Amino acid sequence: MAVSTTSLYAPRALVITAPGINCDSELAAAFEAAGARAQSVLLETLRRRPDLIDEFDLIGLPGGFSYGDDIAAGRIMAALMRKNVYPALRGAIERGVPIICPCNGFQIAVQCGLLPGPSDDHWPAESAAASIALCPNRDGRFEDRWTAVEIPAHTCCVWTRGLDSSSAMVLPSAHGEGRLVASSTLIAHLSERGQIALRYGTADNFNGSADAIAGICDSSGLVLGLMPHPERFTRWVQHPRWTRMSKSERMVDPLGLRIFKAAVQHTRSSNGREVSACAH
Amino acid sequence: MAERQVARIEVRQLAGVDDPAGSGVIRAADLSGIKLGGRVQSAAVYLIESQADAAMLGRIAGELLADPVTQSATVAEGPPTHHSTAVEVHPLPGVTDPAAQSVETALRDLFGVEATVVTGRRFEFSEASAALAKTVAERLLANTVIQGVHGGVFHPTTLPKGHKHDAPVRSIELTTLDGAQLAKLSRSAHLFLSLSEMQAIQTEYRRQGREPREIELETIAQTWSEHCVHKTLKSPINYRELASGKVSPASIRAEAAGSFALAKTCAEAAGTALGARPGHTVDSSGSVNIDNLLKSTIAAATRALTDPAQPNHIDWCLSVFVDNSGVVAFDEEHAVCFKVETHNRPSAIEPYGGAATGIGGCIRDVMGTGLGAKPIACTDVFCVAPPDMPDIPKGCLPPRRVLTQVVAGVRDYGNRMGIPTVNGGVWFDERHVGNPLVFCGTVGVMPRDKVRGLVRAGDVIVALGGRTGRDGIHGATFSSAEVAHAHADEFSHAVQIGNAITEKKALDLLLAARDYPTGCLYSALTDCGAGGFSSAVGEMARELGAQVHLDRAPVKYAGLSPTEVWISEAQERMTLAVPPANVGVLRALCLEHQVEMCDLGVFGSVDKSIRLYWNAEEIGRLDTHFLHEGVPMPRREAVWDPDHAAAQEPAVGDGSGVGPALLDTLRTLLAHPNIASKQWIVRQYDHEVQGTSVVKPFVGVGSGGPSDAAVISPVRGSSRALAIANGLATGLAADPYWMALAAIDECVRNLVCVGARADRIAILDNFSWPDCDDPRNLGSLVRAAEACFDGAMAYRAPFISGKDSLRNQFRTEDGRLIQIPPTLLISGFAPVDEDTRCVTMDAKCAGNALVIVGETGAAMGGSHRLRMGRGEHLPSALPQVSLTHGPLNAREVAREIASGTVRSAHDCSEGGLLLAAAEMAFSGGLGLTVDIGAVPTIRSTPKLAANPLTEAGSDGDASSPSASWCETTSFAETPSRYLLEIEEAEVAALLERLARRGVSAARIGSFISTETMSLTCRGVAMGEMSTENLRLAWESGSKGWQ
Repeated sequence: MAVSTTSLYAPRALVITAPGINCDSELAAAFEAAGARAQSVLLETLRRRPDLIDEFDLIGLPGGFSYGDDIAAGRIMAALMRKNVYPALRGAIERGVPIICPCNGFQIAVQCGLLPGPSDDHWPAESAAASIALCPNRDGRFEDRWTAVEIPAHTCCVWTRGLDSSSAMVLPSAHGEGRLVASSTLIAHLSERGQIALRYGTADNFNGSADAIAGICDSSGLVLGLMPHPERFTRWVQHPRWTRMSKSERMVDPLGLRIFKAAVQHTRSSNGREVSACAH
Repeated sequence: MAERQVARIEVRQLAGVDDPAGSGVIRAADLSGIKLGGRVQSAAVYLIESQADAAMLGRIAGELLADPVTQSATVAEGPPTHHSTAVEVHPLPGVTDPAAQSVETALRDLFGVEATVVTGRRFEFSEASAALAKTVAERLLANTVIQGVHGGVFHPTTLPKGHKHDAPVRSIELTTLDGAQLAKLSRSAHLFLSLSEMQAIQTEYRRQGREPREIELETIAQTWSEHCVHKTLKSPINYRELASGKVSPASIRAEAAGSFALAKTCAEAAGTALGARPGHTVDSSGSVNIDNLLKSTIAAATRALTDPAQPNHIDWCLSVFVDNSGVVAFDEEHAVCFKVETHNRPSAIEPYGGAATGIGGCIRDVMGTGLGAKPIACTDVFCVAPPDMPDIPKGCLPPRRVLTQVVAGVRDYGNRMGIPTVNGGVWFDERHVGNPLVFCGTVGVMPRDKVRGLVRAGDVIVALGGRTGRDGIHGATFSSAEVAHAHADEFSHAVQIGNAITEKKALDLLLAARDYPTGCLYSALTDCGAGGFSSAVGEMARELGAQVHLDRAPVKYAGLSPTEVWISEAQERMTLAVPPANVGVLRALCLEHQVEMCDLGVFGSVDKSIRLYWNAEEIGRLDTHFLHEGVPMPRREAVWDPDHAAAQEPAVGDGSGVGPALLDTLRTLLAHPNIASKQWIVRQYDHEVQGTSVVKPFVGVGSGGPSDAAVISPVRGSSRALAIANGLATGLAADPYWMALAAIDECVRNLVCVGARADRIAILDNFSWPDCDDPRNLGSLVRAAEACFDGAMAYRAPFISGKDSLRNQFRTEDGRLIQIPPTLLISGFAPVDEDTRCVTMDAKCAGNALVIVGETGAAMGGSHRLRMGRGEHLPSALPQVSLTHGPLNAREVAREIASGTVRSAHDCSEGGLLLAAAEMAFSGGLGLTVDIGAVPTIRSTPKLAANPLTEAGSDGDASSPSASWCETTSFAETPSRYLLEIEEAEVAALLERLARRGVSAARIGSFISTETMSLTCRGVAMGEMSTENLRLAWESGSKGWQ
């Protein structure tokens, strides 16, 4: 796993964990594979010390079953974050920190005011009420499957924009509550503004999401919430059909790793930021 | 100060928003043959007992309980229910309600409200009558063992509190009782101890000159239960073989006497000297005396294979049979461990909770191995009655419900724990109707320097994780008892509901404490399983004794008696031995991880006894030596009665689905419940969490082909991987000797087929047997155990852990006894040197050749084809594993895969070779041609007369095989066979290499781009069928189970 970027500043990635979060280790590993240094911190610690968030260049809100996903997926964790952690996260976004929220992270993000975010780039002091819901899958059951994904050409998402189909455009999903529900006005609005970051392939919208949306971002493009797990596709042997692929097909980075690399690259190329100043 | 009141908050979907929970009821009812009509709407109900006022309840409803986009919440009654019938399902008092616990915590954290919460679900039926709604609720929505069904609106004025049992320190008069009275006491106090055990206890207390106290008697009963002490497998056994019409092909007696024909050759080849079976002697009457079945068979093989005095001994077993799971080396720095458990009894009564706590307990075993391992994979194998079984005996749940609930239990627990469930299987047999088998396995990884813990005198006894309640009282003794019709009521307190998040928090905490920067914070740990603290502390205090203050244990509700605290099997609890200096640091870490811990006392006591205290008063004292060594081990009688065993086999089918052509039969077999795709089950498991999967349960073009084994990469950044598989051959239960060997061979084949090291396979046994107090059942168990020894030796695959459940039967209301078929699950794992070298079972490329390794025998006993019926013309002998060819084939296939010659490999098992070949083809989106006539057959089989080759009427003229020969060769389930896909240019060299090494192999066909399977036999066309057609049969076989 040698990272060929040792001479560069390795941005610091924060992985927020909590009771029931269980995709933190693969999320940390994905950040590291993309050239960042990852650290997991318990939400309980961040609620006491939200200022810790200020030290990081990237943030991940992992998948899992936070607090058992009791009441609804991500509900309790979102409520806890709204109260103490939201202001620091808002600050991070204003600093230009990319935030990724796969699966349970997405469910939390839509309920704690991180997504879809303000339409005018001005984050409110108090977290906004949810305007998007991730409901039980169409057939009411948890499902683990890989799907084709498409990245809308004009997305503003720093994690996915510009990713071409030079390697297989597929990602794994595994969830019971991933059906995106929102008003058609909101969806049209998100679409216009390039805030649709990811869609399921034409035949692969297995959970029944509106407009086949698999992931959205805020208007700055920094905050990505998505039901698929890009962190589970950073090596080719994780692909369900890798034994059918030629070596040359497996030369390019897998899609998941490309997503994380895009964000790490973004932190390096952002101008006039403290991070760059202290890079050595 | 406001009074505490019970508020009722109802949350429902807004009009126009889908309600899958509601529509799911219609679908489930439909599958059970109930036509509901109209629609069903669901709502979540929260009963909150607190001092919160209306404004606060409104906030709670709006900000926490309802989603603003899709749901509405109402405090109190809820909207009027127009023309609808409503039922509500709520947990019974005392039953764990994980969601309620989460809500209570959230209310405290977010709103500062201290509350008691109960959660429930409401279902409104637009057309069904109240009676029908209640039926649906009781059959499909609730399990009345743990849940109450209420018509209308359930809104109690107070929520149930714990009730206090009178719990003085009671002595029980025992020393003066006679035999009949002892037996009566054993039953009435739910001790489930035999008379000789009761007498041993009586002798001990007479020696001590006092009567036992209730808590002491309970502790002994728990510790001596079959579940904890495996007294059947450890007892001396007298084994006899009855003469039968035919001589039993593997006589344990003959081998015990010294002519150890079967395993001798391979043992010698492997450099292990073996004479007679260890621990076996033949007495003058001709019966075999076995000292301790476990030690003389399963453990004896491991001992022999790992004996350092032997030149080729296995040096990678790090901790076997002594800890909660078996541990082997993985790489220089890491070890991997594996444990497989059954949770049969609880699953019979409450499949969801039973399966969930089964997997939860198995995970805790791995967490409690050495100084703690990280669970990285789960496996599950279920043996259940067919979903469409007619005439379900009273007291049994409908088989479909058992299966779907067991799946849901494993799903919810494993997914929440974040452990991928990667491998498994389902076996259907009507005899499981009252006694399903639920095998749960867990694999863990740990640093090699953390493989062992050691309790020190003075270490603090720390209990952490879940709280103690009345749940699961008497689980250990219950699991050692026969399930009877009456049990559902009598033992409902033995049923438990798990809370995966509590366990996940404990896991995260333990790993943080294990890897603490200054060193591991504890000196030993174990999980609280059956018997609760009594077993966990009892085991850890074995050498040193302990002083235990039971009043300090955190409890779920007030009123528990000391005995209840001591033997409660409440889930998600771990027991640690912590040096006093580390307790403070551990406490701080627990706080950070929101894990509750308590100091229960200290390890070590003057006389090495276990002393139990309640508010500083001694309430019990147990001699650890008597507790652990005092259980009498009476000699048990075992009889091998082949005719009796054969008579237990289920009747064969009526032959529907057989023929006319072989491919028609094949299509029927593909849809057989045992064989058909289990995608609907597997996709409900998060089999990829942790991001380590290399070979997934389903592979191939449509990601629908069945993998032989799972491969994961346990160590981040390392390309060394681990293959995990199972073997089960219940079809051969007519002789458990061959059944057990076939299961071992299947497990080995599965591992080898994905690229595992054949020389590094470690295996586990799990016996689920009908009542072994019946000498005939014990006789069949002996045969299986002997096969385990032979198989382990021959394959050089040591057993590292095991488990047994030896009273699996159900007595119906009218007194009919249903015994399960003897069932042995073999689970195994082995490293893969380089993950990119793994091979999957889907055929890769048209033009490649199909090669079979291993010979096909004319023995179809137990095969799926024979069970279909209309097979009188087929040879009915049981297939036998060759202890020379089985290991040889495995080794050579593994070698070829490692060298990169093999494009795909598939285990040839249930259904036979055509079935495996078809699976390879359709999983790869290809077709194939197969020449059955080219399949090598066992010519030297002792059952030559039954070989249709010779029945062909032309003196075995191989050029004109008969139709029955073709059918046998197509569908025989001969072990030790592999199908390989080989590039055309490599075939000749491969066959030559294999021949040189003594392995039978032949090219039997080709993969083609047209999606058609066509059969020939030496140039004669025998039909063709679209592989898509075959795939659809395989995929539709499990439709209607969900």
